[in-house]
Amino acid sequence: MIWLTWRQFRAQAIATAAALAILAVIFGVTGPHLAHLYDISGLTTCRTNCAALTNTFVTSMKADAIYPALFIAGLGILYLTPALIGLFWGAPLVTRELEAGTFRLAWNQSVTRTRWMAVKLALIGLAAMVTTGLISLLITWWAGPIDRAGGFPVSGGTLTRFSPVLFGARDVAPVGYAAFAFALGVTAGALVRRLLPAMVITLAGFLAVQVIMPNLVRPHLLPPVTATQAVTVNLSTAITGHNGTYAVPVTGLPGAWIFSNQTITPSGRVFVLPDVPACASGTQQQCQAWFATQHLRRQISYQPASRYWAFQWYETAIFLALALALAGFCVWWIRHRRLA
Amino acid sequence: MTAVIEARGLGKRYGTHHRHRWALADCTLHIPAGHIAGLVGPNGAGKTTLLHLITGLLAPTTGTIEVAGGPPAATKAQLARVGFVAQDAPVYAGLSVADHLRLGAHLNPRWDAQLATRRISQLSLDPRQKAGRLSGGQRAQLALTLAIAKRPQLLILDEPVASLDPLARRDFLRDLTEATGEHQISVMLSSHLVADLERVCDYLIVLAAGRVQAAGEVTRLLNAYRNSTGTQASLEDLVLAYMTKAAGPTEQLEGSR
Repeated sequence: MIWLTWRQFRAQAIATAAALAILAVIFGVTGPHLAHLYDISGLTTCRTNCAALTNTFVTSMKADAIYPALFIAGLGILYLTPALIGLFWGAPLVTRELEAGTFRLAWNQSVTRTRWMAVKLALIGLAAMVTTGLISLLITWWAGPIDRAGGFPVSGGTLTRFSPVLFGARDVAPVGYAAFAFALGVTAGALVRRLLPAMVITLAGFLAVQVIMPNLVRPHLLPPVTATQAVTVNLSTAITGHNGTYAVPVTGLPGAWIFSNQTITPSGRVFVLPDVPACASGTQQQCQAWFATQHLRRQISYQPASRYWAFQWYETAIFLALALALAGFCVWWIRHRRLA
Repeated sequence: MTAVIEARGLGKRYGTHHRHRWALADCTLHIPAGHIAGLVGPNGAGKTTLLHLITGLLAPTTGTIEVAGGPPAATKAQLARVGFVAQDAPVYAGLSVADHLRLGAHLNPRWDAQLATRRISQLSLDPRQKAGRLSGGQRAQLALTLAIAKRPQLLILDEPVASLDPLARRDFLRDLTEATGEHQISVMLSSHLVADLERVCDYLIVLAAGRVQAAGEVTRLLNAYRNSTGTQASLEDLVLAYMTKAAGPTEQLEGSR
């Protein structure tokens, strides 16, 4: 059974190895120079007040368009890989046999259907995890200097490795996604029996999970930390909300995943700028002076940067558990629901 | 002789509880080992359904079936006892003839590599040829080789000659009788053409409208038919008579059972 699995998978394995080699060349060639930019920026030895050095590094990194492009490409590749695995390794696994009628050949050899399904799921599932793991290793290594420098600046903030977008494209989480997407593809194929609908279901399912997980599940994996401290609202840096709220940007929590940042009044209510003459008709200094008398505090809710690895393992474990459950279902389904 | 196929009240229903169709109903068979049994019936009579129940590709809705002493496809050992050439002889288009023999060797504990290689060279198939580029007859022969080389006790063939031209049809059937005679394999093959079966079968099952109309050794069926009608009949006449009865009004059908 191992031989047949390999023989049927060989062409895809070779194509995948070629794609991996191309990625290794692209990122392997450009990576060392990015690391060099980081080294000469002085960030390696910087302990406090590194903002200027970070700025130097980010500017030098962005000076060559290839680094921002590869940073974004790496992000895309790591979300795309599990999806492609689900579509082209998972969904056809059973449907290809059903559509070509070859299940009638395969399932009448002296190998039970349980074993046929289990071996295919295990071997190709493992290949999916190894492939995605290698790509993640490569891209996490490549982007290491940018991640260590506090993240990739985009309009409206910085993409740190803990941010919802980047988190799934770093370290071990993609391995869990690959196992899950593959098992999802096989399950969809076994249930609907036709390749195209199975592919559509796989893609839709994977996308849905990639939206639900970072928005509804991941934030609650551990209870967030809340902190309240006195702040001075600086009118030139504060972020104003459309309904009159003011948020003071958080500094001193590098790499944390911040959920909410509110400025509250001494009584604990969310501060909304009232109609005061100092701000309605006065100068900025007058308004600023008025703010200083209000004893405002900042309340933030966040996951500290130190929890990054705990979250990586939780996320991976959740997806591996889902993949195992789907794989178990597939074996049961193939055994008890006769597909002929 | 012991039975190689033993079915009691076997039935298969397709579809949901509300909208369904019985492809096979109340099928009771006792086929002794050592025969080449023909399964004949019009298209849609339930031949493939019956063969898939025998191979375990389908599970019955009602009744029980035992094949070569055990429930179909239940274990590795049970699977090894039954060879199956499915309709249209499915093979892996992207795999070569030699790959198919390797597949057989890896997946069957009693695989007879010598037999397989000898058959492939006798049939003058190129081992390097991709199975997807074989002719219908060659594909059927490759599928038959896989099924025989696993050394089964029972060989099931679903419309093995349907897509072959008359010459390939004759060769395939001759080859089948020789190969199975040599290894003392019981055989069951289906066809909607009596002429194909007449040449090779010594046991016959007539299936029509999802029910077994007649089953028995060919000589006995012919004798019984001659005794009841008083005329000398060919196998074709006999099968036609059973099929006509199955298709006709109920009172005539009573007489056929």
